[in-house]
Amino acid sequence: MKTINLIVAAAMLVMFASCGGDEPKQEGSAAAPESMVKKEAPGKDLGVGPIKSVELGEIDPALVATGLATFEAKCTACHKMGKRFVGPDLTDVYDRREPEWIMNMILDPELMVKENEAARQLLMEYSAPMANQNLTEEEARGVLEYFRTLK
Amino acid sequence: MKKTIFSITAIAALAIGMIGCGAKKDGGGAMSGSNAEKVYVAPGEHDEFYAFISGGFSGQLAVYGLPSGRLFKVIPVFSQDPEKAYGYSEETKPLLETSYGFIPWDDAHHPDLSQTKGVIDGRWCFINGNNTPRIARIDLKTFETVETIEIPNSAGNHSSSYVTDNTEYVVAGTRFAVPVPQRDMPISEYKGNFKGALSFLAVDPTSGEMDIAFQIMMPGFDYDKAHPGRGKSHGWFFFTTYNTEEANSLMEVNSSQNDKDFIAAVNWKKAEEYMAAGKFKTMPANYAHNIYSDRTHSATTTWKKEVKVLNPAECPGLVYFLPTPKSPHGCDVDPSGEYIVGSGKLSANVTVHSFTKMLDAIKNEKYDGEAYGIPILKFEDVLGGTVVQPGLGPLHTEFDDKGNAYTTFFISSEVVKWKLGTWEVLDRKPTYYSVGHLMIPGGNSQKPWGKYLLAMNKITKDRYLPTGPELCQSAQLYDISGDKMELLSDFPTIGEPHYAAACPADLIKPNSQKIYKLEKNEHPWVAKSEKETKVTRKGNEVHVQMTMIRSHFSPDNIEGVKVGDKVYFHVTNLEQDFDVPHGFAMIGANTSELLIMPGQTETIVWEPKRVGVWPMYCTDFCSALHQEMQGYVRVSPVGSSTQLSWSLDGE
Repeated sequence: MKTINLIVAAAMLVMFASCGGDEPKQEGSAAAPESMVKKEAPGKDLGVGPIKSVELGEIDPALVATGLATFEAKCTACHKMGKRFVGPDLTDVYDRREPEWIMNMILDPELMVKENEAARQLLMEYSAPMANQNLTEEEARGVLEYFRTLK
Repeated sequence: MKKTIFSITAIAALAIGMIGCGAKKDGGGAMSGSNAEKVYVAPGEHDEFYAFISGGFSGQLAVYGLPSGRLFKVIPVFSQDPEKAYGYSEETKPLLETSYGFIPWDDAHHPDLSQTKGVIDGRWCFINGNNTPRIARIDLKTFETVETIEIPNSAGNHSSSYVTDNTEYVVAGTRFAVPVPQRDMPISEYKGNFKGALSFLAVDPTSGEMDIAFQIMMPGFDYDKAHPGRGKSHGWFFFTTYNTEEANSLMEVNSSQNDKDFIAAVNWKKAEEYMAAGKFKTMPANYAHNIYSDRTHSATTTWKKEVKVLNPAECPGLVYFLPTPKSPHGCDVDPSGEYIVGSGKLSANVTVHSFTKMLDAIKNEKYDGEAYGIPILKFEDVLGGTVVQPGLGPLHTEFDDKGNAYTTFFISSEVVKWKLGTWEVLDRKPTYYSVGHLMIPGGNSQKPWGKYLLAMNKITKDRYLPTGPELCQSAQLYDISGDKMELLSDFPTIGEPHYAAACPADLIKPNSQKIYKLEKNEHPWVAKSEKETKVTRKGNEVHVQMTMIRSHFSPDNIEGVKVGDKVYFHVTNLEQDFDVPHGFAMIGANTSELLIMPGQTETIVWEPKRVGVWPMYCTDFCSALHQEMQGYVRVSPVGSSTQLSWSLDGE
């Protein structure tokens, strides 16, 4: 039985190959993925997503102000300072995570939960997946700046 | 055993596939597996066309994909929809406001898409309410009804809602003649006293907002269908008429006496000149104009108090009558604008008028008398051609991009393809059964995409599994890319589909809105964050400004509500991500649930009748913790001293 199916599969390949017009779609690779979780450089977990590096200077008070406003508007439904709520307490998040990781978690939480081990652990712990609030990179950078001021 | 059969079948199929490889796919015939392939849109793939199919007596508009025939959305337009709270939420109720009061339903008929230079532009879809004369506009960014406007002096808004080449106007002609203004008078005095109003609604090119620019007060015939001139006939509008006998009873006999009725040719550019010259009369009126704002997420009603009217007898050159055999129904203009097809539904032939000949007859005043001061042109002088005995009961015609016309025949249940200019019949295919309208994407514009034809059937009888006495209506998809039409598939529709409009998905898909931005929300009762949530009392009115996000309400515990209160839940969805709506349901709510899109605020009223602690919850599965998205309202007796309070997690 298996042999017949193999023959069918082989014939199909031939058919596709012979029909120049219809390019077969690039399906997801049949090979098993090595791991869903990408390997991180030891010690530095930048997360996955659009942010590869963040330049940090002196704390910019104007940026802190816009970051706080964004945080109040888009994040406080789930995060309260000094208290575990729907999501974690973020008072010391800047000490716990790399700035890139924080921004990636804000900007693409779906990808982070899929491919970053630390984010996946958070989902296990808190059960509620972090909502993507569609912040711009600029807004996320502001939120990061606000986090820098917390202790 | 089964596996063996499967494998053998697979090999056989494969063999056919390999032989077919490289050959043309339009082979057809019962042996062809390609029909299934032609309508198969693989999971996750998108359809090539959007089709907007009228929901008929459901009052709504259905959005399908073609060629798959998959239903994506039912857009509520003229009828309440408790699934989406349309017409139940405080914000959307005004869209159903009319001079007759709040009307929760209508009979939706002819959707048409906005055009620029005679080509569909994918901005708006218009559709007419037939029973309580109205036109609605649907914004194709949000796929929501954003405007409804009532048509005064009209009754049975049937020759509607077709748009001109640049969406200058959407038209609304009355099917039933009525006394204008309405008054108490004997029905038997219809003849000569009743009138038929043809309304031209100007469309703002930027906002899309409609405004009745003028009405032409025509004789008391029935104005059945309409089509704008295209290209060379841009500036004209054509309306079929029946009951030129002006009968008022047993119409099926008494309005079928005349050998010919008319197509009324209206020169709307001339109308604009008469309007500019002040030749109109201003009539008192009272009609509702309802507009929904994406900023306030609310609709408001404006009452209009007058309408400007042109009398064709006093406006030479405004209207001409083209005699057309036997109670013509469909009125269709080909993409070039030269041919005006009038389908006399009791005639054996399809009559086609020539626009060039019409202009010539007008220029040379080749009149055959007049009716109520409107010149009647001589039939022979305007006749472009006749399709001889193509079928029984012709109704509607659409066009492809190769000079062909396709007409539906209700009585003989078929679609007939014929050639413009030579009038020869090229092909015919049966429909199942009793076809009414048909639609080719762009097939009523200057630019048809002549790949598919959709026939819409009134009767399905044995076509599907029976569902008791009430059976669905259907749409049937034909491939018209070859010389012969080929039936590909059929699928059920909602309500009775009167007409449809379609265009390539690429004209609409890139503009489809994903969320409403919270920062742009100007709803008077919005809470843009949990900080802004509160509960306030004004007499027996309680206003709850509540937020929702995966997966909790804020507040989710409310106390101090009393029996007899009117509780307004103003609920804002704080999500800013694509496809994360939340629902809101309150036990014992007499209205409906709410279904709130990201960044949107909606309101329902709840009037608690019994003391107790009553739950609310989210009705739209929103996350793994959706089942936890719930809360309580404590209802105390009248006169209780329980203070108004609200909280989330004790805060």
